Parts: sequence; structure tokens; C-alpha cells
Amino acid sequence: MSAGDMRQGGGGRERVGRPVAGRMMRAGLGVLARGWLLVLLVLVWESAARRAEDLYFPPPTRIARTMRELWWSGPPSRLWLSDLAVDDFVPSLSHLLLGWAVAGAVGIAVGVGIGLSRVAFHVLDPVLQFGRAVPPPTLIPFFMVAFGLGTSMQLAAIVFGVVWPVLLNTADGVRSVEPLQLDTARVLGLGRLARLRYVVLPGAAPKIFAGLRVALGFALILMVIAELMGSGEGIGSRLNAAEREFRPDRLWAGIVLLGGIGSVLNGLFLLVERKALAWHRGARRTGT
Amino acid sequence: MLEIAGLSHRYADGHRAVEGVELHVASGELVSIVGPSGCGKSTLLRCVAGLQRPSEGRIAVGGRDVDGVPDDLAVVFQDYTRSLFPWLTVRDNVALPLRRRGLARAERRARAEETLAQVGLDSAAGRYPWQLSGGMQQRVAIARALAYRPALLLMDEPFGSVDAQTREDLEDLLLAVRGGGGGGPGGGSGGGPGGGCDGRGMTILLVTHDIDESVYVGDRVVVLTGAPGRVHSELRVELPAPRDQIGTRGLPEFVKLRAEVGRAVRRP
Repeated sequence: MSAGDMRQGGGGRERVGRPVAGRMMRAGLGVLARGWLLVLLVLVWESAARRAEDLYFPPPTRIARTMRELWWSGPPSRLWLSDLAVDDFVPSLSHLLLGWAVAGAVGIAVGVGIGLSRVAFHVLDPVLQFGRAVPPPTLIPFFMVAFGLGTSMQLAAIVFGVVWPVLLNTADGVRSVEPLQLDTARVLGLGRLARLRYVVLPGAAPKIFAGLRVALGFALILMVIAELMGSGEGIGSRLNAAEREFRPDRLWAGIVLLGGIGSVLNGLFLLVERKALAWHRGARRTGT
Repeated sequence: MLEIAGLSHRYADGHRAVEGVELHVASGELVSIVGPSGCGKSTLLRCVAGLQRPSEGRIAVGGRDVDGVPDDLAVVFQDYTRSLFPWLTVRDNVALPLRRRGLARAERRARAEETLAQVGLDSAAGRYPWQLSGGMQQRVAIARALAYRPALLLMDEPFGSVDAQTREDLEDLLLAVRGGGGGGPGGGSGGGPGGGCDGRGMTILLVTHDIDESVYVGDRVVVLTGAPGRVHSELRVELPAPRDQIGTRGLPEFVKLRAEVGRAVRRP
């Protein structure tokens, strides 16, 4: 093989070999480059809110103080989490993650089944489109009647709301797996299960991940709605209490907290996705 | 090794791809199938591979009628970008089909690396297909087929998507792995412990639309014309081994055969 045999300008090799320190520095610079606007907006908000002295619009420092009082006044051994934080975060986050995981597993399993069968896809497509079109929050009153208030109602709401993007994306991804790759796998003696595991699932993975990411965002929304509509615990019920007690600073604290949770979850998900789909980005970059 | 009798295939839309194809390939033979585009070459290959059930006729591989994908058969497709698995490294692409052979993980890896060395890609084992040039990717696809050690290897225009120089290299690689000469990279030296993974004894059916190539690599050239595709004529290629790109292509015998095949392809 000659040197000219290498793909030119593919850049794949240098990426693989890039030193860790350089990569971390680049990541740091990236955070700075993207973070400055957020910092600026908070500063503007702070000065405007202080000048206005409006009860409904407390300055960010006041919101931060409220958040600390509510949730981060605990002992250092517990990462400063207060008892209230444990009471609020544990049910909310466990419902969110459990609901998302169940919906993910069900969505992928059913999506693969539907994607593999042309008949199933055509028969079920209208049903699925309808199921997806039903706005999930409208089912919460039904789940409240069916399951009563509490964990099962909340989980049902999250699972039903977020299963659709996973299911439809998985079916779509499975259907768009390259036929030549499937033929190759068949000819080379890979059985049904081996084809599913080594060809179909990896081939559909980019779309499955996209579905899971959308679902994660939905799951947070549904978690809050379910808590707001009636559940004695969690961050949403803390918001309800703040409303009853007329504490706009606590309402804002909840809003900021939920935004933060959403950002962190999305960030963590992107990290996993980047690692799992590194091949996909590489292949796309080189145009193959 | 391969028997095709009265093979006809008609697609659901009524298009007749091949009609009444008869072909017998002896064990260890390399038969080139050449013909213009649309003469049903690929349909023929897909039927042999068991990927498509022919409307009529009989195909037997190794004495057994084809019903589904036969054992001991591998295919190299023209489009390497869509037949390699981009989520697996080069080594894993080659090793994956060996699961079928009941080999342990370490053995699969070892055989994959051995075969990659044979096609001159030992240094690329840990990389991904999309990090390689087109010619190297097609070599990976060839290595994957060779490592599987099929009794019958089907090649569907395997060198149709690479540049002319690479094409000649890959033709020589093919000749080299069969032990028929040629000066390909890592050529002919293959064969590790336990019989090695060279292609000696392997039967090869190579579909191409390149007349020169069909003569240069083949023991026999079968000309298909269409549509629908049927066997127009067969020519035995008796060129001395080892063959090489400059010398062999300059032989009067090569020139004569090429002209004969050319006339057959053009004249329906």
C-alpha cells in the first residue's frame, strides 16, 4: 500500500491521535466561547431587576440565595444538599429517569419489531401517528382517575408521553438500514439475532439516539406537569406550594432549577451519544 | 462446484432479467462473467448467493440445491462503502463473520489480522473503514471474504469503483491469493499455520463489465447478452501463469481473446 493510498483530507487519523491535554484546552475554550452570552444576560438581568425593584422579578442573586436556602444548605458530606432537596429531587428525578428508561426500552423493542416488518409498519403506521399526535398532558387527568395520585400516575404519564419519539425513530432507523449491509451479513452467515445485534441496531443507532434525546426533554416536561397537576411530592409540588404562599422568588428558584436539570441531563446524554456514535460523525465527515 | 440449469428470473414488475442461463463451474475455477449493463449479471449473482429466489431453473452449489444462502459462500460487492460496517473497526469487520465458524474471540482476531496482512492492510486493523481510501476499503471487503474461507466466492464488479491503478493492484491481489501468480502486495506469501488462508482451491465467479479484466483474471470468460440476459458464448483463457499487468496484456493470445470477447459483447 502506498502513501497515496490514504484518504486525503479525511482527518480521521489526526483526530484519533490528538493529545488529551490539547483536547481539554479546546473544550475549555469552547465553554468560554459559548458561555459569555449567558453571563452577560444574567448581569443585565441583575442590574435591571435591582433597578426595577419589582416583587415579581427578583434579581438573579436573590433567586440564587433562595435556591441555596431551599436546597443547598445541607452538610458538605451530602454535597450540601438539604433535607428538602432530597425530598424534592429524589422523587422527581427517579420518576423522570425510570419513566424515560422504561419508555426507551419499550420504544426500542417495539420500534425494532415494527421497523423489521414491512407489513407491521404499514398496518400500524396510522395508529402510531394518532398515538403520537395525542398531546400527552391531556392523558394525565385520565391517569389520575385510573391510578390515583402518586407514583404510578406520574410514571404512566411520562412513559406514555415519551415512548413515541423513541418508537417512531427506532422504526424509521431500522427501516433505513442499508440493504447491502444486511445482504452482506446474510451471505456471511450471520443469523437473525447476530444481524440484529451487529448490523440492525448499530445501523439504526443514530436515529435511536435522536429519539432518546427528544424523549429525555419530553420526560422532564411531563414530570413537572404531572407534579403540578397533583402529586404530593417533587419539584413541581414545591412550585405549587410557592404559588400558594405567594413567593415569586421560590417560583423563580424552581424555574431555574428545572432549566438547570434539563441542561445537565441533555449535556450528559450528548456525552454518551458522542462516544457511542463517534463512527457516525467520522463516516459523515469523510462523506462515506 | 456450481451448476446453473435453465435459470430464468422475472421481477414482480414483469421485467425479465435473465432467461435460460446454463453454467457449470468446476471446483477451483475462476470464471469471469462479462456483459453490458442491464444484462442481468447482478441478478444472476444474487440468485446464486441465495438472496433472491429465481422464478425458474435450478442452482446447485457443491451438489446441494440453493435454498436460502448456501454455507461456504462469500460475496464481495462493488459498493464497499455500503457493504462494510462503519461502526466496526477494520479488524472487527473481517472477524465478525467468523462467529459462524465457531471460532473463539482470540482465534477470530488472529485470523482477521492474518488475512489483513495478506492483503497488505496489517497496519490498518485498528482503524475504521471510513478512514481508508476506496482501494483500501475494497481490500478490507476482500479480506473479509477470504478470512471466511468460502468454497465459492462471488464478486459483483468488485473493482468497478476504484481508480485504474488501484484496479490493477486489486486484480493482481486476486490472482495472488489464488496462487495464480500476479505481483500483488503481500502476494502469494499467505498461508499461515493450519492450511493458511490463501485462496487455493476456492472457486470464484467474478462479474464485470470490463472486457480486459474478464480475460486477465479469468480461467474462462462467459459472455452474457441481454436483456433478458442469456449466455452468448464461452471462451477458455489459456494464458500462462503467473500473469502480470504489462507482460500478459501484451501477449498476442491476450489481444486475440480480448477482441473475441469484445465482439461477443457488442454483437447480440
